[in-house]
Amino acid sequence: MGMTMTQKILAAHAGLDKVSAGQLIEADLDLVLGNDVTAPVAIKEMEKINKKGIFDKDKIALVPDHFTPNKDIKSAENCKCMREFARKHDITNYFEVGEMGIEHALIPEHGLVVAGDVVIGADSHTCTYGALGAFSTGVGSTDMAAGMATGKAWFRVPSAQKFVLIGKPSKWVSGKDIILHIIGMIGVDGARYQSMEFAGDGVANLKMDDRFTIANMAIEAGAKNGIFPVDDTTIQYMKEHSTKPYAIYEADDDAEYESVYEIELNKIRPTVAFPHLPENTRTIDEVGDIKIDQVVIGSCTNGRLDDLRTAARVLEGRKVAKGVRVIIIPATQKIYLQALEEGLIATFIKAGAAVSTPTCGPCLGGHMGVLAAGERAVSTTNRNFVGRMGHVGSEVYLASPAVAAASAVTGKISSPEELGL
Amino acid sequence: MKATGKVHRYGDNVDTDVIIPARYLNTSDPKELAGYCMRDIDPDFAGRVKPGDIIVAGKNFGCGSSREHAPIAIKASGISCVIAENFARIFYRNAINIGLPIIECPEASKDTEEGDEVEVDFDNGIIYNLTKKRQYKGQVFPEFMQKIIRAEGLINYINSKYQLDIRWTIQDSEHLN
Repeated sequence: MGMTMTQKILAAHAGLDKVSAGQLIEADLDLVLGNDVTAPVAIKEMEKINKKGIFDKDKIALVPDHFTPNKDIKSAENCKCMREFARKHDITNYFEVGEMGIEHALIPEHGLVVAGDVVIGADSHTCTYGALGAFSTGVGSTDMAAGMATGKAWFRVPSAQKFVLIGKPSKWVSGKDIILHIIGMIGVDGARYQSMEFAGDGVANLKMDDRFTIANMAIEAGAKNGIFPVDDTTIQYMKEHSTKPYAIYEADDDAEYESVYEIELNKIRPTVAFPHLPENTRTIDEVGDIKIDQVVIGSCTNGRLDDLRTAARVLEGRKVAKGVRVIIIPATQKIYLQALEEGLIATFIKAGAAVSTPTCGPCLGGHMGVLAAGERAVSTTNRNFVGRMGHVGSEVYLASPAVAAASAVTGKISSPEELGL
Repeated sequence: MKATGKVHRYGDNVDTDVIIPARYLNTSDPKELAGYCMRDIDPDFAGRVKPGDIIVAGKNFGCGSSREHAPIAIKASGISCVIAENFARIFYRNAINIGLPIIECPEASKDTEEGDEVEVDFDNGIIYNLTKKRQYKGQVFPEFMQKIIRAEGLINYINSKYQLDIRWTIQDSEHLN
């Protein structure tokens, strides 16, 4: 029996010729990541480890992105803890406010992850880097502490599900709609403990930003990781962003999959996840009349340049509906600057949207757009759990940047098609 | 190792946002986190929970964010064990790594009700519902994870390995079902 793409990467990092699903291994890590919520806990844990120091100052990344620029004194103390740790250990990849971004947009942009890497991050959306053909997965702070000290982590080798993407998505259908469609199909625990391996001729029709969005939300189906094959688009991206050597792994022809799904991309419609689980999906045609109070376009899921370009195409020359608050957050400083240079930011501001410096802020109800009781938001983020964006009596509808921008104009959940686009 | 206590019963897909809402993540102090534990799903939990109590839930317990604050808050609340049909994988890792006892058992998860007295024997995976006088067999952890649990967490486990100056390697033969 052959190995999946994920299994091959894990075997190579465990120094083994072969691994199989269920096997417990110890793998070498290419990058250990943390943020201002999880790293302070990891730093405290690391102090309890008898082995002193960190395993490699170039292979740890610390990104203050959740409650930054600091929303309160406790958040400031957490960031101070992380900043001082970074200084003490001379950590190369610490990104201060002003140069930072939302970690899962920032790390690939800085070329810190390439195909074939094994990455752990104390943030559940670390699975994003599977878009580059790397094995990356979210862990907790204690795993992060052990990873920073030893450069190793224990894993149970996952079994896999294969998603064969066929053809080309239609206009206004993006990576977000594809992954919401898949989560709606398999459920929030549909890939629990497993790899989601994407394949098929449709992959070539997806831009890197779409692939990042799809891999990013693998965790919302309970997956350990989501992973894409490496093609010309991936190689081009890595050449533009990284000097690190990469390694291409391909699944064996006889690799075992728990299930195989064929997904015709041209049949997917813009898709919205209703409260309070990402699996509660409906196509835009089934949504009905849902009035909204707030729109958020941003996050590690959908704050990249393609997302902002799509939102700008919808908002160009239009106005935000009266009574609706629209918050747009470029995911990194580089994306922000590019959006500025392309005129996207001017489009947003003229439409009546608020534009913010990079932060995870509203996605997790932290700051910069917290909801009151009874309020509804359409958001390009990744979770719509009870109270996720604020009051337990508020509601979050997950959607693509195109749907979020169209909804901003109409004041209810809408497709750009309703605007004649 | 055994745990005995009164049950707090929850349903499927209890996510880490309701276990410990993000608005409280600006602290990592276990006692403070315990005060907000389960706030968005069960506002009275922190006032009601007694040391030794047990949480019983449905499938995919702890889904969502990787915040270790969630198992930390549960452990600091005095909860001695979480029984679920199954767990989300990051929560599962985190619970083992910080030494919060957990056990998977679909049958016990289905049968157990709020307020039942339950005893869990981690060595053999036996769950005994003292109120209903019924017994269930939960999944026993593989040896590697039991070692971490016995050491009361990953950090102690690593330290014991370093003290003995041996590489903390997992046996190649060790598999989970």
